[in-house]
Amino acid sequence: MSENRIPGVDDGTNASAVSTTQVKAEAPFDPTTYAELEEIAARYPQARSGLLPMLHLVQSVEGQVTSRGIEACAEILGISAAEVSGVATFYTMYKRRPVGDYHVGVCTNTLCAIMGGDLVFERLKDHLDIGNDETTDDGKITLEHIECNAACDYAPVMTVNWEFMDNMTPESAVQLVDDLRSGTEVHSTRGPRLCTWREAERVLAGYPDDLADEGPSAGPASLVGLNIAREQGWTAPSVKQARQSAAEPDAAEGDTTADKAEGSHEAEHQESAAKVEESGADAKHEDNPANPGEDEK
Amino acid sequence: MTDTLTPVLTDNWGADRSWTLQAYEDQGGYAALTKALAMPQDDVIEAVKASNLRGRGGAGFPTGMKWGFIPQDNPNPKYLVVNADESEPGTCKDIPLMMASPHTLVEGVIISSYAIRANTAFIYVRGEVLHVIRRLQRAVQEAYLAGHLGKDIHGSGYDLDLIVHAGAGAYICGEETALLDSLEGRRGQPRLRPPFPAVAGLYASPTVINNVESIASVPSIIDRGAEWFASMGTEKSKGYGIFSLSGHVTNPGQFEAPLGITLRELIDLAGGMREGHELKFWTPGGSSTPLLTAEHLDVPLDFEGISEVGSMLGTRALQIFDETTCVVRAVLRWTEFYKHESCGKCTPCREGTWWLAQTLANLEQGRGAASDLDLLDDVCDNILGRSFCALADGAVSPITSSIKYFREEFLAHLEHGGCPFDRNASAIFGRVEATA
Repeated sequence: MSENRIPGVDDGTNASAVSTTQVKAEAPFDPTTYAELEEIAARYPQARSGLLPMLHLVQSVEGQVTSRGIEACAEILGISAAEVSGVATFYTMYKRRPVGDYHVGVCTNTLCAIMGGDLVFERLKDHLDIGNDETTDDGKITLEHIECNAACDYAPVMTVNWEFMDNMTPESAVQLVDDLRSGTEVHSTRGPRLCTWREAERVLAGYPDDLADEGPSAGPASLVGLNIAREQGWTAPSVKQARQSAAEPDAAEGDTTADKAEGSHEAEHQESAAKVEESGADAKHEDNPANPGEDEK
Repeated sequence: MTDTLTPVLTDNWGADRSWTLQAYEDQGGYAALTKALAMPQDDVIEAVKASNLRGRGGAGFPTGMKWGFIPQDNPNPKYLVVNADESEPGTCKDIPLMMASPHTLVEGVIISSYAIRANTAFIYVRGEVLHVIRRLQRAVQEAYLAGHLGKDIHGSGYDLDLIVHAGAGAYICGEETALLDSLEGRRGQPRLRPPFPAVAGLYASPTVINNVESIASVPSIIDRGAEWFASMGTEKSKGYGIFSLSGHVTNPGQFEAPLGITLRELIDLAGGMREGHELKFWTPGGSSTPLLTAEHLDVPLDFEGISEVGSMLGTRALQIFDETTCVVRAVLRWTEFYKHESCGKCTPCREGTWWLAQTLANLEQGRGAASDLDLLDDVCDNILGRSFCALADGAVSPITSSIKYFREEFLAHLEHGGCPFDRNASAIFGRVEATA
């Protein structure tokens, strides 16, 4: 979504992507791509569920969402081009302008921004001489500030074609884009050698590239707690220990987590469940109360 | 007495090629599946109910109870959808889990689907995590080849197809009904409830939607027992969970512990605050959970403890900020995020987040007036609880809580004619050399 968007309304930048006058000027897709789009739709119990991966495939072929891509999706799914367009313009990862070989993202959500992400982003804009959501003249780099990418323990975080580049600095960010532009081999901090944006989009469409075995199991920050547990000899209780502590609550001496005696459990469980339902405090997101009128009540 | 840290889900993250089927089976993986398939489905549901596992995606709704809501007499197919759209700011537990051990999730999906009698399941994973998607795709492929997925799993007669589905960049799709619309190939906008997904979810059929960590916890519950799971944690918040520390601590990272651990303990494990600095404010469970301060260091991090001090446990995304951080800048950035991610369906959220960002930006630049704080309160009051989903409520949390604890700092921006903080002081460059 662009900076100047009117709240809640699709911005106008998709106009070129949906313009029907352009469609006629463009040749239809090659048979292979068209067949793959059909194949994606066929993966799902209902074909329309394939639309998001289909649009990823369009981007992998076209370098952006194009009008002929929209037309092809619409035709295969039996919906209107306007409906496809409505979806394509809703999601940030779908681009209506050509994307460079490397989509470079800088997290500027609060945590990363404060840890230095703002400084990284400013340095890159200056160094590349482009603004947000713009591409360098050589077509190599598209720069975009991105939202939280679920790697906060590696802040400040960047991404290249949605691969993690962890613990960045303004200097390492400049080095990164210079390497990408000069064709130097660059690896993700927790993944393989970076592919192009189009290749990445093909994986997102559900066509694996056989690079799953590259990179480590986990980065260092992911292992901080585990390493401490290993050093201290800390583990989850054994099944036997758990039985003992359930049988003799007093055995868990000084332990605030001691179980209450069996029997009171069920009542407490019901009570707490009811509390969850009333509170409406579904902090966020998923796991909202299912139908409270059923079953347990 | 339970140990301070209890690695279960994170236990194999350090193992060589931990993401492969071979490595997972070598440490006992898929044994829980064999055990579950020998149990009646209702017994699997009962086991999860008895464990008191509560949803790990933020709201903490009891997982087994959610499964019990699926009307088994409904003639439509049943579906399991895993919410792997991890995008609540600060939350970073599901992504490393799926990267290091995707088979833990896949095994959980198979057991959970079996329990609710689903023959098709989906992992809806956010699109911006390419390598995680590769690992999930590979794990699913391996599971099919090994006979853990597909027809007649382990000779049980039970069939399951599992589809890894990549999203396309929309925070709102972490909201379960928006996720369903997105998975149906539409714009991700929340649905009015009722009907709840358990009755009319994906394709208007009975659907269970669970967070990655919730589903990944299921194999351990089946394998080691509900009693074992419930032996960890506190009275009403049972079991273990992954706590994610980020920000101004010496060693940020993932810490798997029984629910009820405190931030003081966690910061200590993370090597303390950044040297020479002190805690100023933190989020217990992502940016949608009201901010807390140093006075809350000893609050047990469980659903009840955090709720008692006016916040929410959320996703245990502990974002830690020290005294160099401007709270107004932090909150403005989150507000801009909510404005950007508002799906536009409900007016209070669509228009309200716009006004909040504008008012906060003025204050941050020292151009506002003290009365703007009342305006913010008023706008927040008109957003909270007035939209279909919790995004709007989340947008309000950082604002109202920061004004509550740091009113003077907002006013200082007006006196100073701008932000009195040095942005360079809060940056933490050079902690780990980037490999770029």
